[in-house]
Amino acid sequence: MSILSNLINGISLGSVYAIIALGYTMVYGIAKMLNFAHGDVIMVGAYVSFFAVGSFGLPPVVGLLLSVAVCTVLGIVIEGLAYRPLRQAPSLAVLITAIGVSYFLQNSALLLWKSDTKIFPNFFAYTDAAGETHNSISLFGGQLTVTYVAIFTVVICIIIMLGLTWFTGRTKLGKAMRACSEDKGAAQLMGINVNRTISMTFAIGSALAGVAAVLLCSAYQTLTPTTGSMPGIKAFTAAVFGGIGSIPGAFLGGILLGVIETFAKVFNTQISDAVVFAVLIIILLVKPSGLLGKTSREKV
Amino acid sequence: MAKKYEKPKMVPVPSHSIIPERDIDKSPILECQHLGIDFGGLRAVDDFNLTIGRTEIAGLIGPNGAGKTTVFNLLTKVYQPTRGTIMLDGIDTAGKTTAQINRMGIARTFQNIRLFTNLSVEDNVKIGLHNQEPYSMLTGIFRLPKYWRQERAAHERALELLSIFDMQDMADAKAGSLPYGAQRRLEIVRALATNPSLMLLDEPAAGMNPSETAELMDNIIKIRDTFRIAIMLIEHDMNLVMGVCEGICVLNFGQIIAKGTAEEIQSNPAVIEAYLGKKKGA
Amino acid sequence: MKKLSANRRRFINNCVTYGMVIAAFIVMQVLNGAGMLSPSLQGQLVPICAYITMAISLNIVVGVSGELSLGHAGFMSVGAFSGIIASLSMQEMIPFAPLRLAVAMVIGAACAGVAGVIIGVPVLRLRGDYLAIVTLAFGEIIRNIVNILYVGIDVNGLHFSIKNEAALNLAEGGMSILKGPMGVTTNVKIATFTAGFILVLIAITVALNLINSRSGRAIMALRDNRIAAESVGINATKYKLMAFVTSAVLAGAAGALYAMNYVSLAGKKFDFNTSILILVYVVLGGLGNIRGSIIAAALLYILPEMLRSMYEYRMLIYAVVLILIMIATNNPRMKAIFARILPHKKEGGDENG
Repeated sequence: MSILSNLINGISLGSVYAIIALGYTMVYGIAKMLNFAHGDVIMVGAYVSFFAVGSFGLPPVVGLLLSVAVCTVLGIVIEGLAYRPLRQAPSLAVLITAIGVSYFLQNSALLLWKSDTKIFPNFFAYTDAAGETHNSISLFGGQLTVTYVAIFTVVICIIIMLGLTWFTGRTKLGKAMRACSEDKGAAQLMGINVNRTISMTFAIGSALAGVAAVLLCSAYQTLTPTTGSMPGIKAFTAAVFGGIGSIPGAFLGGILLGVIETFAKVFNTQISDAVVFAVLIIILLVKPSGLLGKTSREKV
Repeated sequence: MAKKYEKPKMVPVPSHSIIPERDIDKSPILECQHLGIDFGGLRAVDDFNLTIGRTEIAGLIGPNGAGKTTVFNLLTKVYQPTRGTIMLDGIDTAGKTTAQINRMGIARTFQNIRLFTNLSVEDNVKIGLHNQEPYSMLTGIFRLPKYWRQERAAHERALELLSIFDMQDMADAKAGSLPYGAQRRLEIVRALATNPSLMLLDEPAAGMNPSETAELMDNIIKIRDTFRIAIMLIEHDMNLVMGVCEGICVLNFGQIIAKGTAEEIQSNPAVIEAYLGKKKGA
Repeated sequence: MKKLSANRRRFINNCVTYGMVIAAFIVMQVLNGAGMLSPSLQGQLVPICAYITMAISLNIVVGVSGELSLGHAGFMSVGAFSGIIASLSMQEMIPFAPLRLAVAMVIGAACAGVAGVIIGVPVLRLRGDYLAIVTLAFGEIIRNIVNILYVGIDVNGLHFSIKNEAALNLAEGGMSILKGPMGVTTNVKIATFTAGFILVLIAITVALNLINSRSGRAIMALRDNRIAAESVGINATKYKLMAFVTSAVLAGAAGALYAMNYVSLAGKKFDFNTSILILVYVVLGGLGNIRGSIIAAALLYILPEMLRSMYEYRMLIYAVVLILIMIATNNPRMKAIFARILPHKKEGGDENG
C-alpha cells in the first residue's frame, strides 16, 4: 500500500511540475529562452490567492481565478518590458535579464510580504456541518488516503495538457505559435504578428503558473518569497527531461520527475534532489534531446 | 593573364575510374566502393563508386538535391555511411571521425561558408595549421621556447598560404567582416593549411562574378600544381567545371549517371535528360 | 593613428589588464595600511579575489569555449571543501600558514580538476541548453553530496561517512572537519589578500596565454563553428574538455582560497544562485573578455555592499540594474543612442584583453 500511496503522491507532485513545465516549454518553444522568472511568477500568484482567501475571505475559486489573472498580466508585462527589447539579443543576455526579473520578483515579495513563512490554506478541503475538516478520501478501508488536492491536481493537469495540445494543433493562434517557433522571420512574412503571438504565449504560460501556484501551495501549505525557485528549476528540468518544446514531453517529464523524487525521498530525504538530477543526466546522455524531443540534424 | 593550362590526356578507364595519364602508375588517392547513405527511408546516395588520381582535378555535378554535398559529407565522415567503403591512399576510413579524416589527408570547404567569424583571418589559417605546428596546452600556458618557435613558424606559414590568393594584407581583419568572395578564398586557404592530399571544394565559385571565377580557375590549377594534390569540386558553373576538371562525375537522385571527360559528359544523353528533362514522346 | 599589428595590440591590451590588477592591489594595500578601509570592505578583499578568479574561470567555459555552464559553483565547492580538509589535516605537518594555504589551494584545484574530468566527459557530448541543464544538475548534485558528507581526521588518517558524525569512528583526539548540513565550523582562517592577488594574476595568465595559443584557438574555433573546426582536424571532445577542466581547476583554487577566509562554511553557500552570480559577472563583463570579467566581478561584488545604507532595497536595486544594463547594452535602439552619446566608443571590442 505504501508503494501505491507514494506513487499517487508522486503523480500528484509530478502533475504540478508538469503544469509548470508546460509553461516553460511553451515559452521556450517560441521565444527560445529559459524564463528563469517563471518560478517566481508562481510565487506571486500564490501570494495573491493567499491574501484573497486568507485575508479577504473570498471563496477559493475566486482565489484561483485571481491568481491566474494576476499571473497572466504579470507574464505579459514582464515580456513586454524586459524581454521584448532583447528580441534580437544573444540568448545569454536574455537569460541574465530573466535572472534579473527573478531577483526583482523575489525581492519585491520580500519587501511587500516579508520573509516569514505564511501558512497557506488548503483550497481543496471543506468543513462539514459537524465542524470537521475533510481534505482526503480513504480507500481500501482506510489503508490508502488520497487528498483532494492530489486528485484535483492530476485531473487539472490532464485537462490542461489536452487543452494545450488541441490549442496548438487546431486554433489559429496555436498555429501561429508553432509557426513562430519554427521561424519567426518567415512567420512575420506570412502576416503573423510575432510580438503579439509571443506575448500570448507568455500569457498562457503565466496563467498555467497561476494554476500551479494554488495547487502547489495547497499541497504544501507553506509560502515564502522563494517558494517558486526550486519547483521552477525542477519543472524546467522536467521540461528538458521530456524534450523541451514538446507538450506531451513536458507532461511526461513532469510526472516522471515527481514520481522519482517522491520515491527518492522515501529512501533519503536529503539526497532526493541529487537522485532526480542524476536520473536527468542519465536520460540526457542516452537521449540527448529528451524523451520526446526531436533530434535535429545540423545542415552541412 | 596566367599561362594556359594544358589538360593531360585521359586514359581509357577501367570500370569506374577517372585517372589522368600522369597518375596511371600510381595508386589512386581515393577509392569509393558502393558508398551509400539512407536518411530514414530515403536513399540519399546509393552505390557511389569513384576513384580519383593523386593529382587529379575531379568535378562532381548534378541537379539540385542530387546528393553532391552528401557525398562530401560521407567522404569527410560528417555523416557515417550506411553502406560501402572509402579508401584513402589505400587505407580504409571506416569508423574514423571527421577530425581523424582530416589528419589522414582530406580537407574541405563548405557550401554555406563556415569560417571562424569572430577570429582574425590569420587565426583562421593558424587553426588550419593546428596539426602542422603542434605543441601542448601547457607549453602554451607557460610560454616555453617551443611556443615562440612554433608560433613564429605558424605565423610565417599562414602569411605564405594567404599570399596564394593575395590576402596577406587582410591577415588582421576579422574573418566575418571579409567580402563574400574573400571568405570563400579564405576557406580554401584554411583547408590547404591542413596539408591535405585531397581537397574537396563545395561550390567554390558560388556568388563570385565572372572575373573572380576565372581567377579562381587559375588558382585551382595553380594549387594543384604547387601542392601536387588531388582536388574534387562541386560546382554549378559549367564553365569552371568544364574548364578545370579532368574527370567529371554526374550525380542524380543519389546515383552516378555518367562519368568521363568534359566532352563525354556534354554529349551524354542521360546527363542532358537529368538537366533538361526528357524529350516529349521520346 | 598608426595601425598596430594584431600581435602588438594584443600585447598592449594584456599589459593594460595586468597593470590594472597590479595597480588595484597596490592601492588597496596602501589604503589598508593607512587604515582607510572600512572593516566590511576589508573582509571582502579575499572573496573579491576569489570571485574574480571564478569569473575568469567561467569565462573560459562560457566566453572562450562557448558552452553555457550553470553549475560552476559546484567546482568552487569541491575546491573549498577539499582545500579545508587538506589545510586542517596538515596543520602540524606544515605550520607555515602561507605554504599551507598554497598546498590547500593546489589540492582544491586538483580535486576540482578531477571533478571537471568526471563531469566533462559525459556532459560535453550534449549541446546548448541541454548542456546547460546538465551542468546545473551536476552543481546541485555536488551541493547535495557535500550536504550529507561527514569527514573527520584522527591519527589513522581521514574518515568519511554519509550518515552522521558518530559513524566516522574517530579515534581519541580525532577531529571532525565536515559535518554534513552544518558544514565546516572549525576552520582556521589563513587566506590573505596577497594570496588572492597572486591567484588572480595566475588566473589571468592562464586565461590569456591559453587564448593566444594553439589550444585556445582550437577551443575558439569549436565555439565559432564546430563542424568546420572538426573538418580541419580538431578533436572536439579533447579541446572542449581541456577548456572545461582548466576552468574547473581555477574554480577549485578560487574555492579553496574563499574557504580559507572563513571559520565556518556550509555546502549550501555554493548553490545555484552562486553559479548564476558568477555567470552574471561573465556576461556583464563581456564574453571572452577577461578584463571585463575582472571589472564586472569586482564592481558587482562590491555593489550590494555600497548599497548597504539602503539595506532593504539593495537586492531590488541590484535586480533593476541588472535588467537595465542588459537592455542598454543589447537593445538595438539603445545601442544607437549610446553610439550617439559616446561617438568614440569602438564597436564590438577586442576578443582578448
